[in-house]
Amino acid sequence: MAQRRTAWTRLTTPFANIPASTATTLALAMWIAVIGGWALLSYGRVVPNMFLPTPGTVLQTAYRMSLDGSLFYHTFTSAKVVILGFIVSSAIAVPLGLWMGTYRAVQAPLEPLVNFIRYLPVTSFVPLFILWIGIGIEQRIAVIFFGTFFQQLVMISDCARSVSRDLVNASYTLGTKRSEAVWHVIFPAALPAILDTLRVTMGWAWTYLVVAELVAASSGLGYISLKAMRGFQVDVIFMAIAAIGLLGLITDTAFRILRARVAPWAA
Amino acid sequence: MGSLTMNASSQTAAGSRVAMTETIKANNLDGAAHAAVDQRSAVTTMAIEDVTLRYGDANGVLALDDVSLKVAKNEFCVIVGPSGCGKSSLLYLAAGLNDATSGSIKVDGREVIEPGPDRGMVFQSYTLFPWLTVRANIEYGPKRKGLPAEQRKQIVDQYLNEVGLAPFADHYPAQLSGGMKQRVAIARALANDPAVLLMDEPFGALDSQTRGTMQKLLLGVWERQQKTVLFVTHDIDEALVLGDRVLVMTARPGKIKAEIKVDIPRPRSMDVILEPDFIALKRRILGLLHDEIDEDH
Repeated sequence: MAQRRTAWTRLTTPFANIPASTATTLALAMWIAVIGGWALLSYGRVVPNMFLPTPGTVLQTAYRMSLDGSLFYHTFTSAKVVILGFIVSSAIAVPLGLWMGTYRAVQAPLEPLVNFIRYLPVTSFVPLFILWIGIGIEQRIAVIFFGTFFQQLVMISDCARSVSRDLVNASYTLGTKRSEAVWHVIFPAALPAILDTLRVTMGWAWTYLVVAELVAASSGLGYISLKAMRGFQVDVIFMAIAAIGLLGLITDTAFRILRARVAPWAA
Repeated sequence: MGSLTMNASSQTAAGSRVAMTETIKANNLDGAAHAAVDQRSAVTTMAIEDVTLRYGDANGVLALDDVSLKVAKNEFCVIVGPSGCGKSSLLYLAAGLNDATSGSIKVDGREVIEPGPDRGMVFQSYTLFPWLTVRANIEYGPKRKGLPAEQRKQIVDQYLNEVGLAPFADHYPAQLSGGMKQRVAIARALANDPAVLLMDEPFGALDSQTRGTMQKLLLGVWERQQKTVLFVTHDIDEALVLGDRVLVMTARPGKIKAEIKVDIPRPRSMDVILEPDFIALKRRILGLLHDEIDEDH
């Protein structure tokens, strides 16, 4: 095939595909730029190390904390809180959201309430949760739940509502009963969009981790960064942030794989 | 299935039909459909009586105004009309997907009150279940009916062959072309052995070549399977190539303006659109529709 387009034309054409190797190179270049910039600023003492640790120090800290097992311990505690909060939230939001998107009679009472709660800052509820639930892991799970659930509910309800009416109509003309439509048609039709919603909200759940561990936690990645702040251990804060980001990346990938497995028919 | 006996018994019927339309040259290869046409007056499959559809309250838009029509058993009935004339709305009422403001619709003598598998429908938009393979899509209806697996497989295989998609049985809809999707949709509706097959501009989204192929395929299926079809389109050629009878609908409020018998012998090839009889019928329908547009403006 004749190469009539130059590489530059392809890169600057809207929506045009670029070779996988180019995409990988660009992604790597971005990371190198970010870490390189960081190295330049820290090793070059442009920013004092008290505020910006060098990449080397952070790696050393990560290595030290891996050896004594504390990194694993804090990561495990945090992951447990986030994943439990996310699972509890999703387990209720998926069926309820499906109902909400399917039946106007469920949507009408829930939507105004949910949209009210959805805009409340999660942090403002931390004191309430401590009063009500105490300071155990339940309180931290509650924070993750509160930050995730109402967003999930609205988004999943939208997934259900955007299922094609004619798809449901077609199922009726094939013998589906009205009561069966949610399970037999709307749920499978909305499944890819629901999995995408779960993937996105999983990311949000991670972002509430530090809020969840703000008060009364005694372990976890959010807790050690807060403790490190008091002791001016900037390297520990950096390591904790990197660990949360890495965990987010892993769960995101896991969800992408899950979606490809569960809904191979969806593009 | 029963097509062998059908072919044999229809020879005489086919003969009488050729006599009826002597002036038109008949290329009589498969006479199965002719029996169907001649039974027309005998049994009514679908009866639409004085159906009126008004959207909203009493002052709302009148979409259908006192529409009555009958579709005979094994007849291929086509409704043609300008867009917005309510022909699709009428089909949705017949399917039971919407309620008429007044009037009644009966299928095999039973009042239509909700959708059901006895009124299979093929939509203009693609409505295959994307999470099911071609095979599972066709099997959906028989499964809802609770038929045993063995019988389901037999039905699915029969209709897969009927629409020529056996090699694609394990494909997902996303892997199929538009024409193939509609073929599966036809097979899926027929797998329930419906009393009437409702078709709402099923080839409207296809390119003209594919549309021709689909019309030919549909005629073949209809002739072999002996089905009753109510087909809606805005394409006059399509209406005349397919139908035993064409009902011309007016717009706002939708009313049936004329009924035209299509006395063109079957099986019809796609070249039929070049024949003088065809062109004469087409001119008549165009005239009816043009009156309509002139009245509008």
